[in-house]
Amino acid sequence: MKAFAQLVQQVGSSTKTNEKLQALLQYFNTADDADKVWTIAIFSGRRPKRFVNTRMLTDCCIELTQTPAWLFEECYHTVGDFAETIALLATQKNTAAIQQALPSLSQLIASFISLQKTDEETRKAFVVSHWQHMDFDACFVFNKLITGGFRIGVSQQTMVNALQKATGIDASVLAHRISGNWDPSNTSFTELILSGDTTADSSKPYPFYLAYPLAAEPESLGPIADWQVEWKWDGIRGQVIVRDALYIWSRGEELLTDYLPEFHGWEKLLPPGTVLDGEIVALLPNANSIPEHIGPFAQLQTRINRKLVSKKLLQQSPVGFIAYDVLEWKGEDIRQTPLSERRPLLEQLLQEHPLPGLFKSPVVTADNWETLTEQRRYSRDQKAEGLMLKRCNSVYQTGRKVGDWWKWKIEPLTIDAVMIYAQKGHGRRSNLYTDYTFAVRDGDKLVSFTKAYSGLTDKEFAEVDAFVKKHAIEKFGPVRTVKPELVFEIAFEGIAASNRHKSGVALRFPRINRWRKDKPASEINTLDDLKQLLQQYGNSSSK
Amino acid sequence: MSLIQFTDKGLYCPVGDFYIDPWRPVQRAVITHAHSDHARWGSARYLSHHLSKGMLRQRLGQDIALQTIGWEEPLRIHDVELMLFPAGHIVGSSMVRVAAHGETWLITGDYKLEDDGLSTAWQPVNCTHMVTECTFGLPIYQWQPQQQVYNDMCTWVTQNHQQQYTSVFYAYSLGKAQRIQRALAATGLRIWLHGAIANANEALKADGIVLPECHRITADTSKADIEGQIVIAPPSAAGSSWLKKAGRYRDANCSGWMQVRGNKRRNNSDAGFVLSDHADWPSLLQAVQLCGAEKVYSTHGFTDSFSRYLQEEKNIWSEAVQTQYGGEEDAPETTGGAA
Ligand SMILES: [Zn+2]
Ligand SMILES: [Zn+2]
Repeated sequence: MKAFAQLVQQVGSSTKTNEKLQALLQYFNTADDADKVWTIAIFSGRRPKRFVNTRMLTDCCIELTQTPAWLFEECYHTVGDFAETIALLATQKNTAAIQQALPSLSQLIASFISLQKTDEETRKAFVVSHWQHMDFDACFVFNKLITGGFRIGVSQQTMVNALQKATGIDASVLAHRISGNWDPSNTSFTELILSGDTTADSSKPYPFYLAYPLAAEPESLGPIADWQVEWKWDGIRGQVIVRDALYIWSRGEELLTDYLPEFHGWEKLLPPGTVLDGEIVALLPNANSIPEHIGPFAQLQTRINRKLVSKKLLQQSPVGFIAYDVLEWKGEDIRQTPLSERRPLLEQLLQEHPLPGLFKSPVVTADNWETLTEQRRYSRDQKAEGLMLKRCNSVYQTGRKVGDWWKWKIEPLTIDAVMIYAQKGHGRRSNLYTDYTFAVRDGDKLVSFTKAYSGLTDKEFAEVDAFVKKHAIEKFGPVRTVKPELVFEIAFEGIAASNRHKSGVALRFPRINRWRKDKPASEINTLDDLKQLLQQYGNSSSK
Repeated sequence: MSLIQFTDKGLYCPVGDFYIDPWRPVQRAVITHAHSDHARWGSARYLSHHLSKGMLRQRLGQDIALQTIGWEEPLRIHDVELMLFPAGHIVGSSMVRVAAHGETWLITGDYKLEDDGLSTAWQPVNCTHMVTECTFGLPIYQWQPQQQVYNDMCTWVTQNHQQQYTSVFYAYSLGKAQRIQRALAATGLRIWLHGAIANANEALKADGIVLPECHRITADTSKADIEGQIVIAPPSAAGSSWLKKAGRYRDANCSGWMQVRGNKRRNNSDAGFVLSDHADWPSLLQAVQLCGAEKVYSTHGFTDSFSRYLQEEKNIWSEAVQTQYGGEEDAPETTGGAA
């Protein structure tokens, strides 16, 4: 546990990838095998099942530290991280002397599992007694483990690279070995990493190949004939695996099979040993073709966020799969075959096995880059957010690699708005007012329509922060109403009608594009402007 | 009429006709300490402790009309008795006690309870009304004993030295910078100072403060002199080309704000040490209790929370007061503030 806490501290505080890699390598070279397995599991997004909830932990902390509930809230708001807030409050009085030897990571998690069946008091007592014997670092990690909210600041790629250094096994092989459906409680390090026995788990997805955003002019890519062009769909990247059964994985390596009953049965209809890469998208009811029948992204979210999909929801918000690549063909890994040969296999497969809800991502053709640039302008009509450029002779690589796959997104929609509320940020900006709410004009009123977080430089945030502190008109708890004076250009990827918002619209991926210091608040956009955007793009993209 | 009033120019004593740490020019200003959010330019006459003399003149002008007094030296201004007590924040930092008509007010300025060996140590002052800072007025802010932090800093410096890295510390030039110098003298390495900090050192030395041997970085200083040693610079030097002189370096911030991981990360430095010249949460409560005030006004920091806590949990009347304190050296948004 101590070594793991130290590792988390090191990778969390370092800003340099190489230092993170070294820390991981050091850990993999020295840690106990059972701990290593759990570390790999946690760093790849698997976590022990929760045996406490945040309410119980808040109660424990309030009782132990005699902090009033409102003050605990205030602390949490300032720190911005639940596990850290508790670690700061609960370990203050722990001197080095009372910090006992801690159990190992795997022992600790074994206790978590055995606690599942006990009553609330036992679980609370377990938590409090551990807090009382920990320093800040250990307590922080302990809380992260029991709340399951691990975001460590290390990419899976970095971890895989460290494992490669430690074991001498190729990174792409390792990436595959640690993917899929394995239980860290009963998988040994040897089974998982060293033996390479992947046949045992037929659910394993291939690591996704990710595209880089295209920043240069497309002409720099050479002749257009060397490229296969597709629309960039707006859904959830996914992999459909048909082996002994059906498995559907998201790019975040989440197993989505249970959420997607409309795909159930494909394991009997598609040939065994087939793996498809593509996009899970929302569909309109009774959809039979794309892009006309693609539904809004928000609808997809209602499907993925709940476990039990009701019949009604299934009817109202169906989903489909737009396939764009085939990675496994007749049980054989064909990722090293060039795209120009994989694509005909995909077309053949979908032609021989037409299934409702399964679509082929069409290839966009253009004679030259200029025409393509023109076509890209109509992405929103295609319910796409731009184009994908894939080199015809590219193999299917692992992770984000420059060179062969590019995403060429369309310019975002924008609107000029004035800031009316501000709130302190979380995490690294926990002492600055960095969360803003924006409004457009409606006659002589201001109507709030979105929040936006990212998009300013640290210097600009500091400037806005100073403005908020000076010009706060009213306080509602942590929220400050500010003089409507600062104008910002808000960029977003899509717009949809919403009755949960005062303005009647909901934006997708809103962010601050730039600070319009040149514009007075009297010249911002109006609610009518927003409604016009909704008319124009609302039903088609709603992204 | 209240002995101290909260006006738009600052804290005002109508009976004595003077202000304490005003943020606009006034006729007579009593200054708690030489940090820029407390000592502002433009007043006709200033009063402070002897030990603030050099720094105040360096910052506000050599020709300001400045009267200085010692600790616990009573001074009559009209019907008011004024006295300064050590605040323990930086060299010369004082708490101002104002007594008249049966009321005794204590205006703390910035303070800390732990004796840093440079600033004269804080001591409790009996009062009926207390105007206290609460920069770190939340229970998440509790400091380790300074020696432990110093040890961690020395370990980090020594490790950098062994790996042939220069250790660069960002610190506000008055207060934190000198504390770091004293802490790091134990490493036996050379300590190099940015000009702004070297200037502050000189002003302090002129007032009789003893500091370890340090060296000013000038145009003639070469990279070879500095590499592997220690550099102390103001936060504004972070990421600037001035740092080229340091050669291969690792950098660190020393501030109370480093208590929260998010702030540490935001600074983008290699290390963050939790070292503050302000009272932490337990010290704030302890100070209020030891001074025995019936009414407590809170200024800069988490004023609302601190006042509510006093009111509800400690049964002490308390209210938050808007001031313009909490400048450069207290602000979390400044990289490596001296808070
Ligand atoms: Zn100060
Ligand atoms: Zn201050």
